[in-house]
Amino acid sequence: MSTILPLTGNESGAEVMRQIAPDVVAAYPITPQTELMHRFADYVADGKVPTELILVESEHSAMSACVGASAAGARVMTATSSQGMALMWEILYIAAALRLPIVMPLVNRSLSAPINIHCDHSDSMGARDTGWLQLYCENCQEIYDTGIQAMKIAENKDVLLPVMVCYDGFILSHTVERVELLEDHEVKGFIGEHIADHPLLDVDNPVTYGPLDLQDFYFEHKRQEAEAMRNAKPVVLQVAEEYEVLSGRKYGLFEEYFSKDAEYIMVCLGSAAGTAKAAVDELRAAGENVGLLKLRVFRPFPAEELVAALADAKRIAVMDRADGVNSIGGPVFSEIRAALYGRSSAKISNYIYGLGGRDIDIEMMKSVFQDMKDGKYAEEAFYLGVRE
Amino acid sequence: MPEKGWKELPIGGKILDAGNSIEYETGSWRTFRPVVDKKKCINCLRCWLLCPDSSIFVEDEKVMGYDYAYCKGCGICAEMCPVDAIEMVLETEKDTVEADERGIKVVQEEDPETG
Repeated sequence: MSTILPLTGNESGAEVMRQIAPDVVAAYPITPQTELMHRFADYVADGKVPTELILVESEHSAMSACVGASAAGARVMTATSSQGMALMWEILYIAAALRLPIVMPLVNRSLSAPINIHCDHSDSMGARDTGWLQLYCENCQEIYDTGIQAMKIAENKDVLLPVMVCYDGFILSHTVERVELLEDHEVKGFIGEHIADHPLLDVDNPVTYGPLDLQDFYFEHKRQEAEAMRNAKPVVLQVAEEYEVLSGRKYGLFEEYFSKDAEYIMVCLGSAAGTAKAAVDELRAAGENVGLLKLRVFRPFPAEELVAALADAKRIAVMDRADGVNSIGGPVFSEIRAALYGRSSAKISNYIYGLGGRDIDIEMMKSVFQDMKDGKYAEEAFYLGVRE
Repeated sequence: MPEKGWKELPIGGKILDAGNSIEYETGSWRTFRPVVDKKKCINCLRCWLLCPDSSIFVEDEKVMGYDYAYCKGCGICAEMCPVDAIEMVLETEKDTVEADERGIKVVQEEDPETG
């Protein structure tokens, strides 16, 4: 049995949190995450979820409270956007390195300055090396499905790392779409009971969290963290398989949309993938050999699988909704080009698009495929949709 | 003993055994060492109460020197001593002060005839 509702991305995220029913949520409001927490706070106030909701004075405190609660043994969630996550910065690393399976919807919004409340990926992309898993969503259904899977991935004993569920601010967070929901008991059964690893509240077995870890041990603990991120890849796939059995909806590390035999492949993530699919549909109808690879899992970065999926392309265009401001290109581009080094002769170009919520439409997506066909190439990134 | 590799260690830097600080000797951190003059000491035990490393030996409610295996040389004992009985001596100059291995100053017996 499933329920179908018209939900915004944020309502979809709130539904995930209600059904997961974490022991503790600590959060601070920020646009465009606000409605997600607003809706969830209503659920708490109305007694529809037994969560202990801690309202804190900043995102730094929110993530700190999440770390404490998770170490104590609780199942923990929070949510934020943009500046809010920037303020969490030092605690993001601590959550990951203490191996705390916190799940956080991140409603993607550009970073100041100039101040802007609309979508780009500069917030999450800046946090790509914090030790958090990053899963990106194309639509409101994926927000729901990914949120539920995220909890199960995070708490897997071979992983025990926090997970960001990234979805585009306003474009998804405030847009109503058809969302198919599981029953509460199905979600509870799927994620199972949370059994914490050496919780602080187990007073019969006292442990120390966060002791000074100097030259003699720090390196080993970082090596463990790197291994956990490697372990996460098969776990993401295994959880996706189990979720497909439950929901009938299929997920993987990425989605290959007419890209398997395509000469010209675009790589993108987030809601722009929907626009890119429409462009691919139109070009395929016109007989063009084009395809899209929609990246879902950015951390762990599925290098081997991407190489297998992209190596035979004639040309590849990587779309970045965040600029590296590094004179080379965006983060998705840099990593895909690095993965393909020595494994593919395809020229790989980079397009920075959509910063600060700048719209991207089907014609713009088609122009990228046209550029590939025309052999347009530059070592530096192209800026798509900026006024010259 | 060779330390364990990353595959054997508990994850996340957690320490799973309680009461383990005894295994970590912090005495090598010390730049200054406390020595006590028992002629001045009134055994108020303020140093014992305030020492952050529990490094003051006390027997029969009397200060009996310092546990140099753990004393970091922070100097709180000397700072808080109400009768200035504790002196902080540079480790490199410790031989200039005559004291036993627990840091109790050796005091010359006074000559009963001249003293």
